Amino acid sequence: MTWSIGIDVGSVSAKGVIFNGEKWDYVVIPTGWMPRQAGKEVLDQLLRKADIGLDNVGIIVGTGYGRVNLDFTHKTFSEIVCHARGAHYLFPQTQGIIDIGGQDSKAIAIDSEGKVKDFILNDKCAAGTGRFLQVMAQVLGYEVSELGERCGTTEPVEIGSMCAVFAESEIIGLLAQGVSQERIVAGVLLSIARRVGTMATKLNLGPHVTFCGGVAQNQILQRFLKEQTGWEMEAPEKPQLVGALGAAIIGYELCGGGK
Amino acid sequence: MRAKTMEYFDQLIPKGMVLAKEAKEQGKPVVGYYCVFSPIELIEAAGAIPVGLCATKQEPIAEAEKILPRNLCPLVKSSFGFAISGKCPFFHFSDFVLAETTCDGKKKMYELLSEHKPMIVLDIPNSATLEDLNEHWLKQIYRAKEYFEKNLGTEISREKLREVIKVYNEERKLIMELVSLNKHHPTPITGTDLLKVLWGRSFQFNRQEFLDQVKTLITELKEMVANGQFSCSPDSPRILVTGCPTGVGQEKVMGIIQECGGAVVLQESCSGIKGFVDLVDEAKDPFLALAEKYNKIPCACVSPNKGRLSLLSKLVEDFRVDGVVDITLQACHTYNIESYSVKEHLRKNHNIPLLQIETDYSESDTEQIKLRVEAFLEMLK
Ligand code: SF4
Ligand code: SF4
Repeated sequence: MTWSIGIDVGSVSAKGVIFNGEKWDYVVIPTGWMPRQAGKEVLDQLLRKADIGLDNVGIIVGTGYGRVNLDFTHKTFSEIVCHARGAHYLFPQTQGIIDIGGQDSKAIAIDSEGKVKDFILNDKCAAGTGRFLQVMAQVLGYEVSELGERCGTTEPVEIGSMCAVFAESEIIGLLAQGVSQERIVAGVLLSIARRVGTMATKLNLGPHVTFCGGVAQNQILQRFLKEQTGWEMEAPEKPQLVGALGAAIIGYELCGGGK
Repeated sequence: MRAKTMEYFDQLIPKGMVLAKEAKEQGKPVVGYYCVFSPIELIEAAGAIPVGLCATKQEPIAEAEKILPRNLCPLVKSSFGFAISGKCPFFHFSDFVLAETTCDGKKKMYELLSEHKPMIVLDIPNSATLEDLNEHWLKQIYRAKEYFEKNLGTEISREKLREVIKVYNEERKLIMELVSLNKHHPTPITGTDLLKVLWGRSFQFNRQEFLDQVKTLITELKEMVANGQFSCSPDSPRILVTGCPTGVGQEKVMGIIQECGGAVVLQESCSGIKGFVDLVDEAKDPFLALAEKYNKIPCACVSPNKGRLSLLSKLVEDFRVDGVVDITLQACHTYNIESYSVKEHLRKNHNIPLLQIETDYSESDTEQIKLRVEAFLEMLK
């Protein structure tokens, strides 16, 4: 049986998916300071999990910003096409993807075959990225993953600054004024949703959109994004795996898997 | 494979610096100009050497930012920085500067620049539908004529101007012939090499030699095509580059496109063919003909800018383009906003996708650009 492996080394975590045309399994570990090592570790763990040797693997496809550091991959593809394929596989009816990653956020329009039609990435700064959330979480003393539970349905406070550095001081100011942490968290999430929502609506993705990237697990953010865009939004169970899954699927087709 | 003749063009700018100095020593006047709106035939007809001053390098920007705001187009900052730091020999050796009121950044920068060099600023209307557009332009051409005549102590006669127009038209035809070789797939010459030739055009001091070299290049490229030698592989998507001027020294984005496996077929921008596509009508009065040609430049500073859309339409068809990359310099509002119209135009009428890259002259965004370009090329395949 032929297997293919997709490895997505992002700025925060390294993800791997092993695929045989029918089922898939995955591994996620922190990237740390050495993307190459993280990628290798993901590969080893995947092989152990599937209980196969490297000679059973037809192809290894790399993606994510760390893909250039991986010398054991056979091919590399950008995150954009990998996300498109992964999302299409999970939700065949999806017309677009919103991905909020650690370093950037993107919106991708895809056709009925899972091919990229158009895409857009946020500009240079941290606004609208996972990094923005991380900085804000730090100021408030939370983990990023906690942010979703921390605000419930409180009324979000208005955060005006788009720049991570200015937003940080704005939050400190709000705390000093006695604004509740819950309202601030909600405000931060709303500001991200606005920023990313505006970017995504430029591409007119809807109405069926897949929300991926680690941040997609955040229910509140998802709700805000839905409100901003007016689109249906679905997040896969493991939203951070979509890129690696897509890479594995592309690889599987490239090596003539199953045939 | 790369044509051997390119070696001449590699040397053009460094050699031009030396020649500028020599020209000065021989008492030949030099007039610098900034953009494609400059009717350089007038400079030549006045017996002076026209040289391009539009700067596209990161290096002098820090110097410029001592005076200019940081949040300004890098082209304006770079040009200004070169001028005030004395590091650009072409500016240094220029006796006068010919400038024009195009975008706000340039306009206001010229006000500051006028303290450093004597200059004439042509008053270009920002409206393409101005009722007396031709008359207005004609007046500006006459203003420039008088300025040069007075300051250079010459006379620009109709005969002289006619001669120069003829020579420049020949040059334009020749350059367009060169560019059109890239209608072939795969392309015989890379986009960055084409840029070198077209950009080098504003730094040559020996026109005949330059023209001869372009001819040699054309012959060599034709031979390459006949022998099946090309500058890219047959599966390279064909890319047209448009947007703000991209000069030699800042081929960053074009370089990345080529590196990632795309073929930059040609450039529709001021550093590309924008100024070469239209000829000056040789049958008309030369001053009027100049005015008519230069008021048709499809620059985003002018509104509405329909000319750019129709030019792009023609180019994407003629050159069988797969995708368009629109390079927008940071803080260039006109091109940045127009990018939307261009994208929609290409999508609706030609089903060709456009990727906008917003950038400056620094190298800090190379990785980000690579990601976008790679994905774009994958999308085209
Ligand atoms: S883009 Fe417009 S203003 Fe800039 S150099 Fe070209 S013609 Fe001049
Ligand atoms: S690139 Fe844009 S902002 Fe810069 S000089 Fe040209 S028109 Fe002006």
